[in-house]
Formats: sequence, C-alpha cells, structure tokens
Amino acid sequence: MILRYLIILLILIPIKAFALIEVDITRGNLSPLPVAVSPLSIDEKSKNSFKKILKKENIGSEISIIVENNLKQSGLFNPLNKDAFLQKPDIANLKPRFEDWNLIKAQALITGKVTFVDEKLRVEFRLWDVLAGKEMMALAFTTVPSNWRRVGHIITDKVYERLTGEDGYFDTRIIYVSEKGPKTNRIKKLAIMDQDGFNNKFLTLGNELVLTPRFSPTNQMVTYLSYFRNLPRVYLLDIETGLQEVVGDFPGMTFAPRFSPDGKKIIMSFAKDGNSDIYTMNLENRIVERITNHPSIDTSPSYSPDGKHITFNSDRSKYQQIYTMDSNGKNAKRISFGNGIYGTPVWSPRGDLIAFTKLHKGKFYIGVMRTDGTGERLLTENFYQEAPSWSPNGRVLIFYRETKTNSKGEGFSAKLWSIDLTGYNERMVETVTDASDPSWSSLLSN
Amino acid sequence: MNLSKNLKNIFLILVASLVLNACATQKKTTGQLQGDVYTGNDTIEYLASGVPDRVFFATNETVLTTASRETLRKQAAWLRKNSKISIVLEGHADERGTREYNLAIGERRANSAKDYLMTYGISSDRISVLSYGKERPVDSGSNPLSWSKNRRSVSVKAN
Repeated sequence: MILRYLIILLILIPIKAFALIEVDITRGNLSPLPVAVSPLSIDEKSKNSFKKILKKENIGSEISIIVENNLKQSGLFNPLNKDAFLQKPDIANLKPRFEDWNLIKAQALITGKVTFVDEKLRVEFRLWDVLAGKEMMALAFTTVPSNWRRVGHIITDKVYERLTGEDGYFDTRIIYVSEKGPKTNRIKKLAIMDQDGFNNKFLTLGNELVLTPRFSPTNQMVTYLSYFRNLPRVYLLDIETGLQEVVGDFPGMTFAPRFSPDGKKIIMSFAKDGNSDIYTMNLENRIVERITNHPSIDTSPSYSPDGKHITFNSDRSKYQQIYTMDSNGKNAKRISFGNGIYGTPVWSPRGDLIAFTKLHKGKFYIGVMRTDGTGERLLTENFYQEAPSWSPNGRVLIFYRETKTNSKGEGFSAKLWSIDLTGYNERMVETVTDASDPSWSSLLSN
Repeated sequence: MNLSKNLKNIFLILVASLVLNACATQKKTTGQLQGDVYTGNDTIEYLASGVPDRVFFATNETVLTTASRETLRKQAAWLRKNSKISIVLEGHADERGTREYNLAIGERRANSAKDYLMTYGISSDRISVLSYGKERPVDSGSNPLSWSKNRRSVSVKAN
C-alpha cells in the first residue's frame, strides 16, 4: 500500500561537466571532504502550501538538513556550518559565486529548489565543483509531499554516487527488533525505520517473542522467527500488506532465516532431536530441500550474491566456526582458522567479503574476511556485540551491542551500531527503544 | 601368567583412577560452581517434593553431568508415578554466544534431557522440547555464576 505512493519519477537533466573532485573512499574518515549544503530555495506560495500539508515551517531547509546529516553520518564528508554561507539559496542555485564558497573552504556545493506543483513536491538540485567552478550534476524529480524525507535521502544517494563512484545507501530502511522490559523477560517487537532513524513503525504488538528479521533483497518481504503459540517457526511477512504466513511445515523449530539473492527462496535451520541442519524452501513452488546433513549444529546460513555458494556456522570441528559450501550443500569447507570461535557469517553484497562475529578471550568482535578465510580484519571489540548486516552497497555494517550488567544485574541495554568497512566511523544508531537484530534493506528507489 | 595379567589390569585401573582424580582436582569447586557448571539451588523449583525441575550445563556443552542425570532420574520416577502428566523441556543458553547458535544449543540441551528421560521409560509423546536460546535468562548478571544458572534445561508441566 505504502510503496505505491512512493514511486518517484526521475527526470535527468543533461550533465555537462565531468568529475573533477573525488572522494577517496579507501581511507575512511581521515580527511572528510568539506561540502556546503545550501538550503533548498522555496517560493512563498510553495512554502505555505507545504506548511499546511506537512506542518513544517520551511521544507527546503528541512530537506537540506537530511542531506547534511546523511553526508556527515557517512564519515566521508564534512558538511560546513550554514552560518558561514554568504550567498542566498535561490541565487546560489542559479549561479554560485565560487569565490564565496571557496573562501569557506567548501570543495563541493549542493544547491536546489523545491516547488509545490499540482499537489506534488517537485525538487531540483545541483552539485557543483567549487575549485573548478563547474556543475557536476543536475537532477529533478517529483513525488507526493509526504515523501519529503525520502527526497533528502535520494539527493544524498545521487551526490554520494557522483562523488565516490559507489552506489549510495541512504534511501533505505532498517528492520530490527525493538526491546524493552527486564533482561529476564524482554518484550520484543518487530520495528522498521528509515536508515537515519526516522519514520519508526512497530510491526508486531509484542505478544510473542520475535527474533532475527531479514529483508528480502528484491521486495518488501521480511522473514523472521516468531514464538507464536510457543512454536518457534520462521515466518514470512509482507510489510506492505501486513500479511504473514509460516514458512513450510516443519515438525520442530525453524530459525536463522535469510532470503536467497533473487528473493525466491528462504534458507534456514531446522532443529530436530538435538540436531540443526540447513534447509531451503522455494517460495514459488513450496519445495523444501535439505542442504546439510551432519550430526553437528549447522546454522546461520547466508548466500553469496550470485546465489552459487552458502556460508554458514557449524560446530562440526567441536566449536563454532565459519564454513562455505556450494548452494547444493556440496564441498563444505572450514574457512575460519584464527584464535577463538566464529559465528553469524554474512556474505557481502559485493561478493568479496564475509562479515562475522568472533568471540575470543571473553571479548566479542565484528570482523570481515575474504571468502576463502584469508585477510581476517577485526573492526570493533566490545563486551558483547553480534549479527552484522551489510548496507546494500557493501560499505557499512550495522550490528547490535549489549551492555554488561552491574553486580546487581542492573544496567542492561541493547543498541544498534554501525561501522565503516575500513573500521572507522563507528557510531550508535539512534532508536526510539532498545534495539537488536538489525537488517538493512536494498535501495528503495532502485 | 594369570597373576601378572591381573596385576597389569590393576595397574591400569590405578592409572585410570589417578587420571580421573587429576581431572577432578583441576575442576575447582568454587562456591556454587564445579568447573563452570552450576551446583547451587538458588533458581531451582520443584515439580514435587524432592524432584528438582532443572539441570545445568558447562559452557558450550550439551552433555549431562552426573548431578544432572541424578535429577533426571528423580523426574523420570515422578513422571512414571504421574502417568497423565506431560512436560515441556525448555532449553537455554547463556548470553555469551550468538543468538542463532544459542537457539540450536538450547534445543540440543533440552534433547539431552529428553533422551535421558526416555531411557528411564518415559514415552516421547509426553515430552516436548522448546528452545529459548539466550532469550529467557533467570539471572540478569554478567558474570560466570549468573551464566552458569542460565545454561539449563527446565522441565515444565504442560498440563
């Protein structure tokens, strides 16, 4: 229902200049690019129309703040203080006085204009190279006014793509588990929010325990574990219609679900008589296939982006380690050989890395390794953290972290955190309640 | 001939018991822990007089300890006497593991208890298994004693 109204028309205006400035994305946030995000200009009439509909004083400024925050959060950009801007937004959008922007050390400038046309929000924006004094990009699009936050995210994605050469990840959502209550009896609900924490919505009421929601890479479906009627089973939920169903008809617990890259299968663990193995169910013809058949615990499966391989977690060598195998279950081989135990392997959407959780000497790490197990790199260490999920461009990992309680067992909390693949730019992701088990959606506007 | 063989056997037994003793002394008993298995009775509830409801496990382990087997034999005797009663075995893990693996290990712990009850004559249709992984700790502490209380399989009356 929602998505139908979210369709956005992209109208491309010819681009003349070629890339002159570039962001070095291999270095993380060591020297973020200074960028000036001019408030989007808006005429009085449009301003008043949007004020009536959206209850926002100046929607042009609001959208530019979204862009500014997104760029800042990425760690690759340093948005400059607006108080220092000399040029008025409307004039800057027509023809920036590059000397003025150069003076405040801006290397890139974003300008734009919002108008109210036929009950719709029309936005145009431009990206300028300040040093070269040239326009790098100009785009315009139209959408329903209630989509105004997405407008900010789409602008950010386009700017990010132009300046880094990589896909963006800002017009995306996070599904996660919202938590409250005492540690011994947590109440958990499925919740969804924009990547920047806005538009939070609860999807379940908290009557039953819910865990590990994961987005489909191709549509608005989510798979998760629910303890509905005290029968822990993998469910499929359509977040547009709210309809849900049990996945398969298994005589025992199913858990650890994920989608295949084409969204057509769910891969998960099925536990029976003390043994967990990996199964898939085809959502089109309902055919269930057994992928592993081993007396050890096999769980946390995750497909490679081409669907040809699976990485998973197994204790067949006594403790939890990471394995890969072909998608039919053949050629299983262990790839984690460092000190400690390893869990929750997740294949990067770029295909070259596997993110994981590692426990060593009482500390938990989020790390990445190549798909053959070489090149292990630990990004962050803490008392407890796990379950990384990749941004759709394979650039950022989101995971959750829990605190150690004091001697009275008090002070427990669970929060979402994100970190750049380089290990820089670690930051807490604001949520309205405690949160765990995050899963990042694909780009909505693709 | 025979004598020397017997002597040899005795010698082997001696060696074996020495090794066992060495193991036992390495597993320090500190307060309510033996090794890292909980041996106290803080959290235990009783299905009937003298019938504790739960057994505890070592870190990353799903095998039953001697004390666990003793508890389960008491449960089996009680279940034989009360043939109308069914139970749910709720398997749990501590917080020091990933959520998904903990769900699997909780299921395996509950099944260790189920298998043992079955060898003492309790029919499998009277026992169901439910893993909570690390979702329902009894002790909210972040220390080895709290974790030891949370690594458990609890027999709960289902009817």
